[in-house]
Amino acid sequence: MTDATRSPGGDVQVAGSGDVIHDIGFRHYTGERLGRGWVVRSLFVDTLRGVFGLGRPARSKVMPWLLVAILVLPPVVVALVAVLTGVDRLPISYTQYLTQLQLPISLFVAGAAPYAVSRDLRHGVMPLYLSRPMLRTDYVAARYGGLAVALLLVMVVPQTLLLLGALLAELPVGDNLVGWAGGLLASLLLAVLLAAVGLTIAAFTPRRGLGVAAVITVLLVVSGFSFALSGIAESQGSRDLAGLAGALDPYRLVDGIASWVLGVDPAVAEFAPTSGGQVGILVLVYVVVVAGTGALLVRRYRKASSL
Amino acid sequence: MEPGRAAPPPAAPPPPPLPHPPRPDVAITTRQVTKTFGRVTALSNLTLDLPTGVVGLVGANGAGKSTLIKILLGLLPPTSGEATILGLDARTEGLAIRRVVGYMPESDCLPPDVSATELVVHLARMSGLPGSVARERAADTLRHVGLDEERYRPIGGYSTGMKQRVKLAQALVHDPRLVLLDEPTNGLDPAGRDDMLDLVRRIGHEFGISVLVTSHLLGELERVADHIVVIEGGVLQRSTSTAEATALSGAVLVEVTDRGPEVVALLRASGAEVTADDAGGQRFSVTLTDETVLGEVQRVAAELGVGLVRMQRRRHHLTELFGEVAR
Repeated sequence: MTDATRSPGGDVQVAGSGDVIHDIGFRHYTGERLGRGWVVRSLFVDTLRGVFGLGRPARSKVMPWLLVAILVLPPVVVALVAVLTGVDRLPISYTQYLTQLQLPISLFVAGAAPYAVSRDLRHGVMPLYLSRPMLRTDYVAARYGGLAVALLLVMVVPQTLLLLGALLAELPVGDNLVGWAGGLLASLLLAVLLAAVGLTIAAFTPRRGLGVAAVITVLLVVSGFSFALSGIAESQGSRDLAGLAGALDPYRLVDGIASWVLGVDPAVAEFAPTSGGQVGILVLVYVVVVAGTGALLVRRYRKASSL
Repeated sequence: MEPGRAAPPPAAPPPPPLPHPPRPDVAITTRQVTKTFGRVTALSNLTLDLPTGVVGLVGANGAGKSTLIKILLGLLPPTSGEATILGLDARTEGLAIRRVVGYMPESDCLPPDVSATELVVHLARMSGLPGSVARERAADTLRHVGLDEERYRPIGGYSTGMKQRVKLAQALVHDPRLVLLDEPTNGLDPAGRDDMLDLVRRIGHEFGISVLVTSHLLGELERVADHIVVIEGGVLQRSTSTAEATALSGAVLVEVTDRGPEVVALLRASGAEVTADDAGGQRFSVTLTDETVLGEVQRVAAELGVGLVRMQRRRHHLTELFGEVAR
């Protein structure tokens, strides 16, 4: 490598540092151009990282990690108690954990869903995506996948700590593995549902802060409404309706399905579904909500982001 | 949606076939492209053959420029007619088009909470570049558009000029064969406008990337474009090469130091056609009937003992030719 340049006058100038910057002009790229699979994967990873504030300013990391800490703390405490006091079973089941900690989970959805979609709508970034080799549905799928996997992680990691605690306390390995696997299934169902609902609300509320408020409000209101309905139905002596009202609350909907299918204790025993028919209706509601919000999202992107 | 004329498009004769295989010097062709939104016609029977190099697309707001760009990107199907860009069919090969074409939107489109580097790297990946290449090319491209140290700061704190450069960089980062630049000088001050136009010219002539650049100002595009297209209300007004349109006009601009009116009078007396700008001015233009007219100007100036400040062959300005469409 030479460290001398020739100035227009013909003198040779030796750069002090020994390096010379050459302006080599615009370089063309002849290498590989990857397809839609890579594009969707990159956007998925970008969403997953961004939800946790990675690659974003420090203040964007505060909320998600605070909520992760809140979600992780109880399993650590439970594990410690189990190890120190020598209980014969965990004080909380894996599926019950999701309903017990629904507030921090809802808050996490409320923070993450607007990040995933409202930001691009609010700042008009969609044209930059749509002018690239991907389809509108690719964008929606990647953002949705990133959010759903992020939610799955924040639910499964604490449950896994719960499992580790149980194993350290020398509780029955088989029972706990089965319980943990059931928790995984319930988490998967809940992550898919909450991501679909959260993303759809956020996609229709692009303004800053409004999306966060809308998501948390909807999740809290439907939960409260569903409990109120169940209470009224119960007091009227209609145990069936009390169970069905749980379909309005994503957490009780998933808990109702999962506890019946897995044969474990439901989180809200007094309003749990009492028959296979009721569970069938819950499953139907689940499918309709996920498919319906998905269709709404795709429609929203077909209309809203035509550049 | 572009406002336009409410009249339905007239029944069109069958479009002439597209040249096949595409000629290498033709970047964009459209044949009888019509786009209607309900009862509004955004583009009406637009037939164009645009060369490689820098093409300027001029029209007022709502003339149909953005609609044409969306059609060319394969994001909006034309109501009728066909369009190709780099030999690819805009109706069926949108994904392939968007791999080799870059687009700079007119609107604000930058998230404020990331740095220019992060955004451009991300968007390079979205264009299909592998990770390490994306980082390399993002740094390179940002340097070419003139963003150096600032590129690590969040975009929220950028000036309009810097934001326009980021928008341009994301359109170039994947080394497209053609870029569609929608009103790149919008919102810039005169100095920023000059810088941006210089960049556009360099993209077309030094980087070797074809450019379709839109503006509602004809004057600024004639400085950088090899070819100018004017559309109004979705209808093609004119499509011409800049060199042809700005060919030498048959007039010489003359400026003398003193006694302008007397010089004019003497020239007229000797049979020259003189157009004086204003009463008593030292500047006027002389119609170049033949080369002896230039000698005559020098002779008259010497006779009156005045100095000649300049004798300049005038060029046509596109603004004069299109004055009626580009107000």
